[in-house]
Amino acid sequence: MHNLTLAELSAGLGAGEFSSVEVTRHFLARIKRLDANYNSFITITEEQALAQAAVADQQRAAGSVPALCGVPIAHKDIFCTDGVRTSCGSKMLDNFVPPYSATVVENLAAAGVVVLGKTNMDEFAMGSSNETSYYGPVKNPWHTDCVPGGSSGGSAAAIAARLTPAATATDTGGSIRQPAALCGITGLKPTYGRVSRWGMIAFASSLDQGGPMARTAEDVALMLNQMAGFDNKDSTSIERDVPDYTANLNQDISGLTIGVPEEYFGEGLNPLTEQATRDALAELEKQGAKLKSISLPHSHLSVPAYYVIAPAEASANLSRFDGSRYGYRCENPADLRDMYMRSRSEAFGDEVKRRILIGAYCLSAGYYDAYYNKAMQVRRLIKEDFVSAFNDVDMIAGPTCPNPAFEFGAKGDDPVAMYLEDIYTIATNLAGLPGMSLPCGLVDDKPVGLQLIGNYFDEGRMLNVAHRYQQVSDWHSRCAPGID
Amino acid sequence: MTWETVIGLEIHTQLATKTKIFSGASTEFGAAPNTQACAIDLAMPGTLPVLNAEAVRMAVMFGVAIDAEIGLISSFDRKNYFYPDLPKGYQTTQLERPIVLEGAVDIQLDDGSTKTVRIHHAHLEEDAGKSLHEDFHGMSGIDLNRAGTPLIEIVSEPDMNSPEEAVAFAKKLHALVVSIGICDGEMAQGSMRFDVNVSVRKKGEELGTRTETKNLNSFRFMERAIVQEVERQIDLIEDGGKVKQETRLYDGDTHTARSMRSKEEANDYRYFPCPDLLPVEIDQAYVDAVRASLPELPEARRARFTDSYELSAYDAGVLADDVATAAYFETTASQCGDAKLAANWVTGELAARLNSDDVLIQHCPVSAEQLAALIARIIDKTISNKMAREVFGAMWEGEGEPDAIIEARGLKQVSDSGAIEGMVDEVIASSAKQVENYRNADEAKRPKMLGYFVGQIMKASKGQANPQQVNEVLLQKLNALL
Repeated sequence: MHNLTLAELSAGLGAGEFSSVEVTRHFLARIKRLDANYNSFITITEEQALAQAAVADQQRAAGSVPALCGVPIAHKDIFCTDGVRTSCGSKMLDNFVPPYSATVVENLAAAGVVVLGKTNMDEFAMGSSNETSYYGPVKNPWHTDCVPGGSSGGSAAAIAARLTPAATATDTGGSIRQPAALCGITGLKPTYGRVSRWGMIAFASSLDQGGPMARTAEDVALMLNQMAGFDNKDSTSIERDVPDYTANLNQDISGLTIGVPEEYFGEGLNPLTEQATRDALAELEKQGAKLKSISLPHSHLSVPAYYVIAPAEASANLSRFDGSRYGYRCENPADLRDMYMRSRSEAFGDEVKRRILIGAYCLSAGYYDAYYNKAMQVRRLIKEDFVSAFNDVDMIAGPTCPNPAFEFGAKGDDPVAMYLEDIYTIATNLAGLPGMSLPCGLVDDKPVGLQLIGNYFDEGRMLNVAHRYQQVSDWHSRCAPGID
Repeated sequence: MTWETVIGLEIHTQLATKTKIFSGASTEFGAAPNTQACAIDLAMPGTLPVLNAEAVRMAVMFGVAIDAEIGLISSFDRKNYFYPDLPKGYQTTQLERPIVLEGAVDIQLDDGSTKTVRIHHAHLEEDAGKSLHEDFHGMSGIDLNRAGTPLIEIVSEPDMNSPEEAVAFAKKLHALVVSIGICDGEMAQGSMRFDVNVSVRKKGEELGTRTETKNLNSFRFMERAIVQEVERQIDLIEDGGKVKQETRLYDGDTHTARSMRSKEEANDYRYFPCPDLLPVEIDQAYVDAVRASLPELPEARRARFTDSYELSAYDAGVLADDVATAAYFETTASQCGDAKLAANWVTGELAARLNSDDVLIQHCPVSAEQLAALIARIIDKTISNKMAREVFGAMWEGEGEPDAIIEARGLKQVSDSGAIEGMVDEVIASSAKQVENYRNADEAKRPKMLGYFVGQIMKASKGQANPQQVNEVLLQKLNALL
């Protein structure tokens, strides 16, 4: 049952082959039995899940229900869940139980999904390896000595280990696409503003975007159908109709022009990853797509610009964690300053502190123009690169990451090496464009991903291309060794 | 050696919206602590701000009222600092692109002249909560009810040169924002708070180093703080010292200010554009519509009062500037039918009483209708002006309607001509000597001699005889004896 996709589970529930309670029990049992190996969940919501499943079964018996009614999923622990601890992977929020739910959580609940639990993540979504979580690192099901990627590593690993058929995730600089690539699953970061950020704990507000992860493009489309939409509680969400993302999955892709940026195939790219990517592109060409070499000349500036803008926003976003209203407070503070300093020093991890310091520095008097303003200028140039590229091509494709999963601790001493793992994913966040990753091969028995970057609000066409590719490839349905 | 004082004001004005600038929580004053703070106001994780359109409208209304240029595209920035009453650890404000740009306000000075004070800009921002230092045994409590209340901060140019000018400007703005309905003007509740920037220089020289005194929530405090600060700076310089650029905090209990932080200790607020809020874009049609909805401004009202009620420029100014006073006056005038008398009462007895008891006219214990009823009794000669003042005092103390008080206190004026004639006759009969003197006196001296008779008659009537009538009858009878 755990090998079924979301679409297949939905069909099985519809055909009465099994009940939601049975499916839910099955996945909960698997999580209990296997997750000690992966550490992909922070919180398991067994009781609530079974109650939701029972309700879903009743609703299904009573009449027509949404496609996802009764199927189990998991939420990244960055999405606030009413009455369920939401930690954001941090000691700071280890005791935080929100009295409200994220819009994404509510939208999915309205469709009748069952929530198995909350998945592990890098602390405050700051990391590319899931090593910064207060709850310990998540292990890559393909190779448990290796990282699953981050920051949505818990969601990606849980799906790869067949502990949940789908999960929510967020992406600020690659946090959906990179772990999806490293764990051999499919993940999509929508256009900025497509999915509400209400109730999603902020890292870098102008870059953060929630999105779905699952094994197939079809499942991702089913999830996105529920997650996307305008929300009047988020001023940056965009008022625009949500299409049915499953409607055109099978559409012919012949005649589609796919741009291949030369900058994404340069120095630093693992040759085997490159080969897998080029093979996948060739497959798309075989289906009638036209490949066209393009240039995104400011690509090399995306990592430096990102590591000014994201920490700058984070330095302000994380100021609210001050020990006074919720979350961690140090023992016996002597005075206000002591409470601020010790609460934050004791509850934030090193990477979070590093980014707060970088951000505060970049915004400080005398440095603002040289760092923040300059980075914002670069951001505009990067966006213009894409806008002009999309005058000539319908979509852009390349590798998701330069390398397959690396071992724990491999980049621990070198934050810059870690930051460079996001070199191909960051630019889309800076431009606000949608990006997705889908499995396209194995390098050293570890998955690698093909990245698709679409024009604004072109998620439907990206899912169409991904689905067509998945009709003629089986990377997405391969299972990590040792997983039955 | 003549010193010149240079003053600029920053005025925090709470907007009278029903809900907060970025959340749906109520802005009502006086609720139990933290009962009007929602998840957004508490800066709970994952919450996001949504701009209150009404706050934008009110800010634009202020802009058009001072004929300022309106920022058709304005935007919000984050001002970062840690303080317990600031839940997010940053204040959302407008630094780079405020909604109201340059404008100007004319103030009337005591010598009758007019001075223009330029407005640099006014921007939208959120208010902070309050720290409560009492009752917590060495700890501080936080009340976040005020957190997120919309403010416009009005920033003037340093165009004022005396405490009086600063107060005139502040009062002018107070009258304006209350008149156009964007602020309740309740100073005691902190609806309007002033920061004053003060420097001194010798006439003709470059601007001196300025200090900023914060936390002034009444015109009196502001005036005192400026007077003190000017003296402090002049003394300092004359003693060979230098003024340090610093922020000072005024204590309304001790009426002293102390240095809060020097320029070197000033916070680096690390402003940057708020990524949670899109720029606010409005068009000229919106601005025009707001302009069209402006109620009568104090200036126009002043002109109307001089024209239609024939009031003096001074009275018109006092009555027209404050919308509540203007409404009070107009109700009183129309109900009693004598605008001049109504103006005298509102600017005289009523203003004095409001002032001495420190009560706003909005909370006046005597309603305009009641005052009009009182004035009507003066007009119909039931009571004298002097008696009316006594009745007014009783009304102020809550003793009820004027007629009931007049009745209860037996203050009705005796205007019965028969009764008065009788009293006059009696006094003339019992004052043979004085009558004789009157008859023999020069004609020019006679009027002065009437005082004795009037006094006797008033005494006989226990003060209730209509003095005008007494005079008439007395004169008639005495002259008949000539």
